[in-house]
Amino acid sequence: MQPSAKYLYYPGCSLKGTGIAYEESLLTTFRLLEMPVKELPDWNCCGATTYMSISEESATLLAARNLALARQTGSKDLLAPCNACYLTLRKSQEMVAHYPQIARQTEQFLEQAGLPRLDSVRVRHPLEVLYNDVGLQRLRELTVRRLQGVRMASYYGCQAVRPYGEVDDPHDPTRMDEILKAVGVEVVEYSLKTKCCGGPLTGTIHDAGVRLNYILLKEAVRRGAQAIVTICPLCQFNLDAYQAEIRKQTGEPIDMPILYLTQVVGWALGGEFRELGLHRAISGRKLVEQWFTAKKEAETYV
Amino acid sequence: MSEQKNGEVRIGVYVCHCGANIADTVDVKAVAEYAATLPGVVIARDYKYMCSDPGQELIQEDIHNLSINRVVVAACSPTLHENTFRGAAERAGLNPFFVQMVNIREHDSWVHSDREAATEKAKDLVRAAVRRVYFHKPLEKRRVPIHSEVLVVGGGIAGIHAALTVANSGKRVYLVEREPTIGGHMAQYDKTFPTLDCAACILTPKMSAVKAHPNITLWTYSEVVSVDGSVGDYKVVVRRKPRYVREDLCVGCLQCIDTCVFKEPKFDDEFNLGLSKRKPIYIPFPQATPKVVVVDPEACIQLKTGKCKKSCLEACVERGAIDFEQKETYEEIHVGSIIIATGFQTFDPRRLPQYGYGRYPNVYTTLEVERLVNASGPTGGQVVTRDGRIPKSVGIILCVGSRDENTNRWCSRVCCMTSLKLAHLIKEHTGAEVFIFYIDMRAAGKGYEEFYQRVLNEGVHFVRGRVAEITDWALDPSEEGKLVARVEDTNTGFVRRIPLDMVVLAVGLEPQPDALNVQRLFGIGCSLDGFFLEKHPKLAPAPTYTDGIFIAGVCHGPKDIPDTVMQAGYAAAEAIALADTGYFELEPNTAYVVEEECSGCKSCIPLCPYQAITFNEEKKKAFINEVLCKGCGTCVAACPSGSIKQNLFEDEEIFSEIEGVLAYAQ
Repeated sequence: MQPSAKYLYYPGCSLKGTGIAYEESLLTTFRLLEMPVKELPDWNCCGATTYMSISEESATLLAARNLALARQTGSKDLLAPCNACYLTLRKSQEMVAHYPQIARQTEQFLEQAGLPRLDSVRVRHPLEVLYNDVGLQRLRELTVRRLQGVRMASYYGCQAVRPYGEVDDPHDPTRMDEILKAVGVEVVEYSLKTKCCGGPLTGTIHDAGVRLNYILLKEAVRRGAQAIVTICPLCQFNLDAYQAEIRKQTGEPIDMPILYLTQVVGWALGGEFRELGLHRAISGRKLVEQWFTAKKEAETYV
Repeated sequence: MSEQKNGEVRIGVYVCHCGANIADTVDVKAVAEYAATLPGVVIARDYKYMCSDPGQELIQEDIHNLSINRVVVAACSPTLHENTFRGAAERAGLNPFFVQMVNIREHDSWVHSDREAATEKAKDLVRAAVRRVYFHKPLEKRRVPIHSEVLVVGGGIAGIHAALTVANSGKRVYLVEREPTIGGHMAQYDKTFPTLDCAACILTPKMSAVKAHPNITLWTYSEVVSVDGSVGDYKVVVRRKPRYVREDLCVGCLQCIDTCVFKEPKFDDEFNLGLSKRKPIYIPFPQATPKVVVVDPEACIQLKTGKCKKSCLEACVERGAIDFEQKETYEEIHVGSIIIATGFQTFDPRRLPQYGYGRYPNVYTTLEVERLVNASGPTGGQVVTRDGRIPKSVGIILCVGSRDENTNRWCSRVCCMTSLKLAHLIKEHTGAEVFIFYIDMRAAGKGYEEFYQRVLNEGVHFVRGRVAEITDWALDPSEEGKLVARVEDTNTGFVRRIPLDMVVLAVGLEPQPDALNVQRLFGIGCSLDGFFLEKHPKLAPAPTYTDGIFIAGVCHGPKDIPDTVMQAGYAAAEAIALADTGYFELEPNTAYVVEEECSGCKSCIPLCPYQAITFNEEKKKAFINEVLCKGCGTCVAACPSGSIKQNLFEDEEIFSEIEGVLAYAQ
């Protein structure tokens, strides 16, 4: 392992699929921050929420294998950018810590697989790494360009701050706002930061899921936001993918870019359009192109 | 058994049935028969109720007729009846400390079901007591005289009522209050439930009475800094903070305030909870007692920089009451007893961010709304939001910081009624739709349920459910520009969104932030919740474990005004009774130092929880103040040279008892 790669990176299924823009922007941003990340070798499904609700034991074993692999590399910090992955990995750590039965089972399983015991791996979310490890001051210093006159609303989704509160305050999260402000983005107050996006409901009970997306988008518009910034691939996908349907259903002209925090920060640090995955936007494409591909002369340099 | 030290020992053993309480589980006859076989036992009897008069007479007759000189009573807990049996022995001419109780109820019959084993256990316990009582010595109770003066700490309604009651009995009272005025929280309330009496109208006459009472010395803006001594003779030092105004000269004309160089009030007014502003020189509220202005050293230019043109001095030139040179002073007083009535603080709702207090301007606490509805409050009694609108819909959320595992577990007892009262007043003032969000309504108290019914009939909406959050996002146009309460209405099973112009959080009551310091200063206890601990939750709810110190009001636990006044009166009655008796009888089971054996190592001194041990520098020996000693035995166990002993717990008494209880194993 390269000594410079402090952060191991656990992509999970989303960041290799619908959320590939998240992976691209994350890797670019961390490269620009000179904090290279290394992908966890041989990782498997995190066990996610659906698994967890059917069999806590099996979900914990799946997550435990990833944690044990991370432990084997000797790295202490495991980056889990997807909120579902983050929560499942954290939750399985708590399961092992508080339920002796599950702990015993997990240990046996890891022993059979020839993997080390689970200890001293920290599951980290990029938002909290940007806030705690990089810091607002350094982000300000590294910012090379600003988006002028673009107002954004930060949106966490349900899983990042609850229940553990390590990523941000569970009731009144503000770190994403602070990071956005640090890189020169104008932020609007948005009280729906942690309200549900519908999650997998858009695929199962479609109307209920889309309605939840509509509420989020409409309130963002009402507050004068021109874009929503997310940290979860499922939130991003839900909010991004159904806007045409919402326009058709409600007749409201909602067409709003849904960006990853790492895309916005990465761009401010000097990242380029395609390497930040900005070309993958579905909604608000024109705005995305207008904001992030402006000619160098037109960009505002700090 | 070894040598007899106290002449011929003649022991009587008395086993109580306690009706069926003991006799159902313990074969009391067998226990008595067994006791009769023990060495030194002259007579052993069982009886249905030993604590009854005939039961006690049994013992007394045996003392007379059989020359019994040691008594063992196997019955209930000594906390219940030790004094009863000691008294019986004393009346028959026996030293009361020759009586030993064995608890075969709480320690045996109530906790076991196997009759045979329980009977054996009772025998073991009786045997231990028989062996122990053999070595008992006659002890004398000591009396200490009581100063008749009483100190009352805290000038809220509890302190005011206690001070007036004691003073009316002819005793001198010192009332110490740390704020510039007495009145406490009650002075901030608008009306009182359930009668809707105006709080000021019933409180301010009592405040004036305190000021005018010849037996009361009132020290406001003052704090107790040290307490020494013990029951009957407490030496207390009070620090009087400088108010930069001479209390003896100021007449409360308030001209200094008008002429202050600050033309407009600029500093948060504490009395109105920051809902209005005051000047650096101010009076907390119009009926403040004493009616003397006070200067805030954090705000006054003269006190901060020394460079003010001091127009206040000019305004007061004739009386010369303003004195920027004033320094703090210390008063030392001797009092026989102390009543602590230091009150409470309200829960800080910022600790529950989901309710948006501090984030959304139109989220208030109940205490703030008390000021809003008050005619002399910051809005002159107008209930308006911070943006100046008369609210059309108001929501009151109950149990904010009460009955909640994440904050405080206790019920704050006053919030249900306070909320009903505010709902009524808000409706009366504004005609708004009022919603009360509750877990369950607690309206226990004289006239309280009736008031609840009245407010129900007035059309206040009661929604049973804990509010999930107060938010400001709008689902439809009717919610725009409003706060929205999201709540599961558990009566209907629906999740509701209720748009509101104003939200009122019924904040719970908490111990004062410095309650722990007060607890240490006066050497009293705290219960787990941080409120001061009473001596007995039912039978002694105002005395504390420290003799001569009483508690009253919410510093002891949440309660409303009537309960506070009742407890204050009770604390006052205890203090008066103590002073009128003139002496206090001390338990003789105190520790003492055998001076020849004390090495002067001082290990015992810091261990004593009652600060009863001092060091005699001349003799280089430890000294135990019998008046302060509570007989806990900590120093006895800790003394490296074994030179501290304790009456009733001498080595031979304890070791014999242990041998007795373990004799079955031999």
